[in-house]
Amino acid sequence: MSQDAHAPGIASGRLTAEEYAANFADLHPPLSDHEALVAADRCYFCHDAPCMGACPTTIDIPLFIRQIATHTPEAAARTILTQNILGGMCARVCPVETLCEEACVRMSAEDDPVEIGRLQRFATDRLMAAGPQPFERAAPTGKRIAVVGAGPAGLSCAHRLAMYGHEVTLYDARPKPGGLNEYGIASYKAVDGFAAREVEWLLDIGGITLELGKALGKDLSLDALTEEYDAVFLGLGLTDTNKLGISGEDLEGVVDAVDWIAGLRQAEDPATVPVGRNVVVIGGGMTAIDAAVQAKLLGAESVTLAYRRRREDMPASRFEQDLAASKGVCLLFNATPAEIRGGGAVAEIEFTRTGTDARFTLTADQVMKAIGQKLGDTLGLETDGRKIAVNGTGRTSREGVWAGGDCASGGEDLTVTAVAEGRDAAEDIHATLMGEG
Amino acid sequence: MADLTTDFLGIKSPNPFWLASAPPTDKEYNVRRAYEAGWGGVVWKTLGEAGPPVVNVSGPRYGAIHGPDRRLLGLNNIELITDRPLEVNLEEIARVKADYPDRALVVSLMVPYDEKAWQEILARVEETNADGVELNFGCPHGMAERGMGSAVGQVPEYVEQITRWVKKHYQRPCIVKLTPNITNILAPARAAKNGGADAVSLINTINSITSVDLDNMAPEPTIDGMGTHGGYCGPAVKPIAMNMVAEIARSPDTAGLPISGIGGVTTWRDAAEFMALGAGNVQVCTAAMTYGFKVVQEMISGLSQWMDEKGHKSTADFVGAAVPKVTDWQNLNLDYVTKAEIDQDLCIKCGRCFAACEDTSHQAIAMSEDRTFTVKDEECVACNLCVNVCPVEGCITMRELKPGEVDPRTGMTIPEDKRTWLQHPNNPGADPLACIVRGQ
Repeated sequence: MSQDAHAPGIASGRLTAEEYAANFADLHPPLSDHEALVAADRCYFCHDAPCMGACPTTIDIPLFIRQIATHTPEAAARTILTQNILGGMCARVCPVETLCEEACVRMSAEDDPVEIGRLQRFATDRLMAAGPQPFERAAPTGKRIAVVGAGPAGLSCAHRLAMYGHEVTLYDARPKPGGLNEYGIASYKAVDGFAAREVEWLLDIGGITLELGKALGKDLSLDALTEEYDAVFLGLGLTDTNKLGISGEDLEGVVDAVDWIAGLRQAEDPATVPVGRNVVVIGGGMTAIDAAVQAKLLGAESVTLAYRRRREDMPASRFEQDLAASKGVCLLFNATPAEIRGGGAVAEIEFTRTGTDARFTLTADQVMKAIGQKLGDTLGLETDGRKIAVNGTGRTSREGVWAGGDCASGGEDLTVTAVAEGRDAAEDIHATLMGEG
Repeated sequence: MADLTTDFLGIKSPNPFWLASAPPTDKEYNVRRAYEAGWGGVVWKTLGEAGPPVVNVSGPRYGAIHGPDRRLLGLNNIELITDRPLEVNLEEIARVKADYPDRALVVSLMVPYDEKAWQEILARVEETNADGVELNFGCPHGMAERGMGSAVGQVPEYVEQITRWVKKHYQRPCIVKLTPNITNILAPARAAKNGGADAVSLINTINSITSVDLDNMAPEPTIDGMGTHGGYCGPAVKPIAMNMVAEIARSPDTAGLPISGIGGVTTWRDAAEFMALGAGNVQVCTAAMTYGFKVVQEMISGLSQWMDEKGHKSTADFVGAAVPKVTDWQNLNLDYVTKAEIDQDLCIKCGRCFAACEDTSHQAIAMSEDRTFTVKDEECVACNLCVNVCPVEGCITMRELKPGEVDPRTGMTIPEDKRTWLQHPNNPGADPLACIVRGQ
């Protein structure tokens, strides 16, 4: 601990360099060759494997694990990437405990699944280290497609379209591509600039022109895009955050968790990122967990994650809850925020016990709001009330416009779901443009 | 506690677990460690003629087949007989035997096809006070090129002749070790018996190439870019060995000839199975080479526990007990019908039974939307493949249909009596025995 470890208020440099390095190291270190072979040996090569059904991108998991077991991890990676071009990132960030690994028959057998996520990382790391992305472009089609949003959905869509020989312009409002891979997820899940490396590797397929700093509604309009391009894919993500709607929300020290995480992700050195001494995170999803854990890892003395409902209602998986607890985050359930108080800057936050009149107060010099994100401008498209309405292949209410990822209806707000939706929309766009749709 | 003491040809040992003639028994140091670990007996690694010893390769001697998690399932070797001087081996044998009088010590021998050569070495062995000799007519590599090992074992006349010479020049028990690299194991077994052998031991290793180095395009183990066939052993060869043991045990003209069972014995159960098929004891090599001498402790405790559970007082109680149940295919009851049954509580829903049955067998397993797997009795021929591929022990079992029950597949009512091929109406042959040769 550094001398400033217990400094009051919001401060940076609470820890030593060694502590920061240890705290922000890989959450799941990569498997060694030997570990990968041992892990791969546990796969039963199930028929119509449940893990495969549980994967939003339907990766042929038994096949890729068998390819690892037979010393061809590069072939395994191709199996993965054919279904999910962001297989490297998904291997790191997927909540496998609620997806493929939860479905693994070894859960029934001995409550200990095959380590599918780490094996996927082993294979994709191997292939990415060996060279460029392995897909070739088809002959040029002359078709031009605008993909708006260079997050998982947009990248997946753009890559698949480029593969088919289309010309893609990939727009993003931010200065870097990657979307939540770059700005959102927890640092310890994608160390060493993996998000940026993966995007660079993916774009190497060619045929994709990156246009950064271009926001729809500001620098671009949907009308102009539909005019100029043969098709438009919207992978905008959720750009607005929900408000608590309680007194004190505007006090200094009350932040949106997504913005705070983005700042941390973009920081060169975590020692420069300020964090409160007593932090309260409001919410129950992955963003809340990521914010709480990283606040603790930055040296906050106490971090409380307050969720308004019961533990079993919490969207974040038990694995994530346990991860937070293991890092020293205090999980508080059935706590509804009532009022944030302070003189200028936040000093405390009062809760009610959900559904009762009972009240209690926590000391807080930083409050992070992680109570969900929402769509910004609906762009005149039909919505399901919350998100852009799409059919099974991502078609919106407007002809020539597809959407996928967090901005589109259906699916969970997961990287892997976004990849699947981007890919499937690309397939439909391709079929439509080539007269098969 | 069951008594594991074994009397094999009058050679007493505290248990039926002997180490086979092989690298683990090449010298005094190893053999002393083996006895200390609890092995009942040892067959000393094969001695050759006096004079300059054979020379082994100094590149890799072994190749292997692995199962999941690199479990060693099969091992092949291109090592020759002992490459240490005869004098050294004989001195060590005498010393060890003197120090461990309660353990079996048999000496394996391999010298050229010449009575004098055999006479000379037998005299030397006799001086060591070893309990007996085992004639190595089995090694399929290296020594066979020099007219010994399997080159002898594959010619029954040679087997018989050398056995006669040995019985003529040596007073203690003579075990003839047989090679499996032969069409019918009964021929050399009969020859050994006719030559006066006190017992046969089998199997020696199986000729094999375990793998090919695809970078160098050479078989493994590779010696300076080249490879040769070697002798295969380990768990993978056990089924082959047990069939050969059983054939000798049940053939009228060889029945009763004592057998030392060898081939992939890895656990107490393997040993019990060999012994049930007629082996008076077993010899082990690969298990020791894989796990060290300590494995014998599990073999001793396991066999002992099982014998207690079954009420066997001594190993003689069950040696050969399964032999009467080994028969020809034509004697099997064709009206015996079983059906696979899947225990839904044990099933982990991997679907391997379904894939195996649907793709490669009789489409007798149904798969529901929620991955419940059930047997279609009207299709199930009871092949047992689902049982074999299921990863959960005891999850799929075979239920026997009782007399009076109807087999939904054939519509046949299970009769009280049995009907073999010999009684079956589809059998066109008046004398079906004529074309059937035992052991093939």
